Amino acid sequence: MSGYSNLYEVPGRRGVIRNRVLAAVITVVFGWLGYVVYARFDERDQWAAEKWQPLLRADVWTTFILPGLEGTLKAAGLGIVLAGAFGLVFATARMSEHAWIRVPAAAVVEFFRAVPLLLLIFCAFFGSFAITGTTVSPFAAVVLGLTLYNGSVIAETLRAGVNSLPKGQAEAAQALGMRRGQTMVLVLMPQAIVAMMPAIVSQFVVLLKDSALGFIVGYDELVDRGLNGIAANFSNVIPAALLVAAIFIAINTALDALAHWLRRRVSKGRKVTREPGEGTVVPPSAAVDNALAKQL
Amino acid sequence: MDALFTERATILAAFWMTLRLTAVSALGSLVLGTVLTGMRVSPLPVLRTASQAYVTVARNTPLTLVLLFTSLGVGANLGVEFSAQISVNNYWLAVLGLTAYTSAFVCEALRSGINTVPVGQAEAARAVGLGFGQILGSVVLPQAFRAVIPPLGSILIALTKNTTVALVAGVAEASVRMREMIEIYGDQVIQIFLGFAAGFVALCLPTGLLFGWLSRRLAVAR
Repeated sequence: MSGYSNLYEVPGRRGVIRNRVLAAVITVVFGWLGYVVYARFDERDQWAAEKWQPLLRADVWTTFILPGLEGTLKAAGLGIVLAGAFGLVFATARMSEHAWIRVPAAAVVEFFRAVPLLLLIFCAFFGSFAITGTTVSPFAAVVLGLTLYNGSVIAETLRAGVNSLPKGQAEAAQALGMRRGQTMVLVLMPQAIVAMMPAIVSQFVVLLKDSALGFIVGYDELVDRGLNGIAANFSNVIPAALLVAAIFIAINTALDALAHWLRRRVSKGRKVTREPGEGTVVPPSAAVDNALAKQL
Repeated sequence: MDALFTERATILAAFWMTLRLTAVSALGSLVLGTVLTGMRVSPLPVLRTASQAYVTVARNTPLTLVLLFTSLGVGANLGVEFSAQISVNNYWLAVLGLTAYTSAFVCEALRSGINTVPVGQAEAARAVGLGFGQILGSVVLPQAFRAVIPPLGSILIALTKNTTVALVAGVAEASVRMREMIEIYGDQVIQIFLGFAAGFVALCLPTGLLFGWLSRRLAVAR
């Protein structure tokens, strides 16, 4: 399946031959590049069996990889829960009708979205003693940074979700006599969460990847265990790094697939007819998917 | 504010490095991302598969690991050397890592941009006899680029912030300077943090405004 076959003619007899020749040439070039990398690594003995075998040993997994994975998942899991809560609170606060809630909430969200996550983590970790008089563990610094940054992004996503809902939803809730808070919590926010779930799960992928920044402040997670633990014991940086990368890719691909599945489910469930010209904002992901669906 | 004031020269130097990393990596990512997009939609399955595999790997690997890999794997083990001077070499290795990572996102954005170009455009181009390269280069990509200016802006802002991770590749940019300063001026942590944060806001805010203006200016009228 290729969704872009309208960009070129179906090749004729000469075209088929030309494409085969090109494909062969390209394969050879890729193969040659792969071989050069292989040979360079081979010169440094990175393919030697004794560098790869430790990755199969049970004790290497129980002392390095599994505890490292546990550290990553602990920071990411707590980060996901807290960022979700932070997002909910600040999205609601930013849509409040009281300016004294709305303005500070907007300032907080915009600030934490603009500051690099690593600087947040540094400030929490290296600066904590000067600010609060107590030291903060690397774990707490990482989770705090992940929460503030990703929570702010999720707050904005949820706000966009609420804004994309038909106006009639809020009006109907008001007509039933609901207060603004009730309208938000019982009517608007649940729909926004469902509509934005794919984007939120994609943000969780970002959060999980960002948890690797913990490596820099010495948090005991997968990259640290892989590159400082395994590599230090068996001097096999490349195999260890490849294994760690493979684990991250596997987890993130699974989360991506979840987001994709959710996106399909959400777009299936949203065949609501709307009055034309109502000015509803379709979430960007949905717009792209619609375009994709048109082309396929 | 004393520390920020007395160290203003070193802070500016650090931000100059951040800016250089951002600009060069952005240019590299734009080129590599466009090439990857071309491969992704090409008639040759080999190129499509290669591009897709690359994007999946680069997008799902933490940037920290990508940059560690460029400095340890590409630098130390593959023996790629851009310069005899260590700091210059580290700089180029960091640019390589940031480019490798960011171009995957550029490719994704551009691909969704191609999806917004009406099918009739490519069909009309085929009808007048243009080949794949001509259709992509003269008809589809110019429209796709104009459709994805907002996401490209977000990617550039993310790249600006991501340059802070270049410290794992040994590049002395803003985050390195901030860490040093927090250690030296322990009594002014909050001011230092706010100062560096303001530096990034000053870099990212104009980028956002510029891309917002560009997307309005260049929007494809349909």
